[in-house]
Amino acid sequence: MTIAPTSDRQPQDTLTGSQWRAALPWLIAFALLLALPFVFRSSSAITVMNQMAITVIFALSYNMLLGQGGMLSFGHAVYMGLGGFFAVHVMNTLLVPLPLLPLFGGLFGLIFAIIVGAFSTRRAGTVFAMISLGVGELVAASSIIIVSFFGGEAGVKGDRTEAPAFLGINFASQTQVYYLIAAWMFLSALAMYLFTRTPAGRMANAVRDNEERAEFLGYSQRTVRFMSFCAAGFFAGIAGALIAINFEILTEENLNLTSSGVILLVTFLGGVGFFIGPIVGAVAFTLLQSVLSLQTDLWQLYVGLLFLLAVMFFPGGLTGVLAMHGPAWRHGKLGLLTVPYLKLTAVVVTGILAAACFLEILFHVRHASVGENTMRLFKLTIDTHAVWPWLATGGVALICLALANRLAPDVKAAWDAANLPAKGSARR
Amino acid sequence: MSIPAVELTGVHKSFGKAKIICGVDLSVAPGERHAIIGPNGAGKSTLFNLITGRFAPTQGTIRLHGEEIQGRPPYEINRRGLSRSFQITNIFPQLSVFENVRCALLWPMGLRYSFWHLVSGQSELNARADDILERINLAGRRNVPAGLLAYAEQRALEIGITIAGGAEVIMLDEPTAGMSHSETDAIVALIRQVTEGKTLIMVEHDMGVVFNLADRISVLVYGQIVASDTPEAVRANAKVQEAYLGAALEAAE
Ligand SMILES: Nc1ncnc2c1ncn2[C@@H]1O[C@H](COP(=O)(O)OP(=O)(O)O)[C@@H](O)[C@H]1O
Ligand SMILES: [Mg+2]
Repeated sequence: MTIAPTSDRQPQDTLTGSQWRAALPWLIAFALLLALPFVFRSSSAITVMNQMAITVIFALSYNMLLGQGGMLSFGHAVYMGLGGFFAVHVMNTLLVPLPLLPLFGGLFGLIFAIIVGAFSTRRAGTVFAMISLGVGELVAASSIIIVSFFGGEAGVKGDRTEAPAFLGINFASQTQVYYLIAAWMFLSALAMYLFTRTPAGRMANAVRDNEERAEFLGYSQRTVRFMSFCAAGFFAGIAGALIAINFEILTEENLNLTSSGVILLVTFLGGVGFFIGPIVGAVAFTLLQSVLSLQTDLWQLYVGLLFLLAVMFFPGGLTGVLAMHGPAWRHGKLGLLTVPYLKLTAVVVTGILAAACFLEILFHVRHASVGENTMRLFKLTIDTHAVWPWLATGGVALICLALANRLAPDVKAAWDAANLPAKGSARR
Repeated sequence: MSIPAVELTGVHKSFGKAKIICGVDLSVAPGERHAIIGPNGAGKSTLFNLITGRFAPTQGTIRLHGEEIQGRPPYEINRRGLSRSFQITNIFPQLSVFENVRCALLWPMGLRYSFWHLVSGQSELNARADDILERINLAGRRNVPAGLLAYAEQRALEIGITIAGGAEVIMLDEPTAGMSHSETDAIVALIRQVTEGKTLIMVEHDMGVVFNLADRISVLVYGQIVASDTPEAVRANAKVQEAYLGAALEAAE
């Protein structure tokens, strides 16, 4: 048979060697989590980090469905929200020490996932997506109706400091809350990673790739999906309980379709093809959100545009883009790309800023009160009713677009050159 | 006589109004190598799909080791010791070649839906998967996503996945289709080796392969079995000559 030479077979690692290599990222992450509050001390920074960590768990749990299991859900926030509401109620009983609370949130998410998964995981694809949407809508609607559990529009409040003290800690300080959330994030991420390395997790990938073939290897596609679905519900519930701890309030916003949509966006932006994709997505998105939302009312528009660009040009998300450069890096040819990339980046960033300014001016004209003709943009005061700001921002944006088009062939050529000796190296 | 490994009685299958399988009776003894031949569109793949649970028969019974299996889902039939390959390659394209084979070993090795075992810790599992890769000559492509393999490599992987679990009954749908002579020889040698002491049912167009490998041959024409006998008897059968084999044999010579 004409089959590639056996010489490029990867040597089997020694057990301890490969175990070390597998453990290293986790050790680094552990150290990083310990150190972060010493680097970013401000209370607003810790707020952002807490938010980030919760989003990381939620996004990873979402990717158990989307990336690992091939299930597109439009209603995953339901499991986070329900876990969170339940956790608030448990917190308000004042019986459970705070560090154990996420377990309750997780169990509640799991139970609801078992109920829904029992009928929604029969098929992937459109049917699954539609059921997730329906359940999402249903739960969001009931949250307004079942006031005793969901607290109506006001939501359900709690006070974490009243929970029984744990080793003398009462979680009044934000840093204590940070470490609690970070610990749960670390454990959850580790557990979700290990799940992917079990028979159930491996078969989740197999069913995603080819559900029919999996059935001819002894596995019911439905059961395989059901297990991933339940696990995802459990970890989403943990994220919900951490919301309860961090914000001390849960509202309909934590389980509605918007939240479900956002986590799809976050996960996709980070990249569904790799385990760390959702982590990258959650970190990037939370940063973007907290920075942009302070600067502009239009931040959701920008995030939406970013999502569109990702879907159209980088379906592998941020991690996909990074991974694309693996072969060039292994060949030591990444240097070839530096100059073309710098040029392109300069043009694209300028173009985006110009386009954003154009949008901001437009927004200002439409929404500012009558007679208020000036706005501040990047420390400049601009008369939005004059012609030149429109011409300048629009013109620069268009010129940058044209320039980017001109630069594209150069980048393509550099890319091809950097990937030239790519034979037989298409490894994962 | 012992209980047949696979036994079909009065099996019919219609898709809407089209009657594709019209009353098939077939018995394959344990340890037998049985070939099913017939013109394109005769219903050979459909027959495979009925036996392996992809479709339920419209009528009739199908027994595996004496137990009725018609209408059961594929995974249950597979767990009872029947494994099949597909005429159109059916693999896990994003998983590595190694992962493809390992997935085929998980259930037979008793790991089932476990979420408390790590696959990396299962040394026998991994050793067996690597062993299969050696045997299908794909060890050098171990970590390549299966979707990137060349056609012939994918065919080899398809067979590797099918035989990996060591099923008692192995069904191969046109295993050598589209392969060169040397590739065919290698695959036939492999099939002979791995089906030693097992029951093999295969659909095959290459008459050289059929007469080389099969203990018995069934000829399927328009959804009916017109002959089911030893290779010599089938070769001499006038009905077969007329319906199909004459032309096919001439082509093979
Ligand atoms: N799922 C299906 N639905 C409708 N018709 C089918 C289906 N599968 C097969 N057929 C028809 O059954 C006939 C036999 O097909 P097949 O079993 O693939 O033949 P063979 O494998 O002998 O070449 C063909 O005419 C095909 O169109
Ligand atoms: Mg066929």
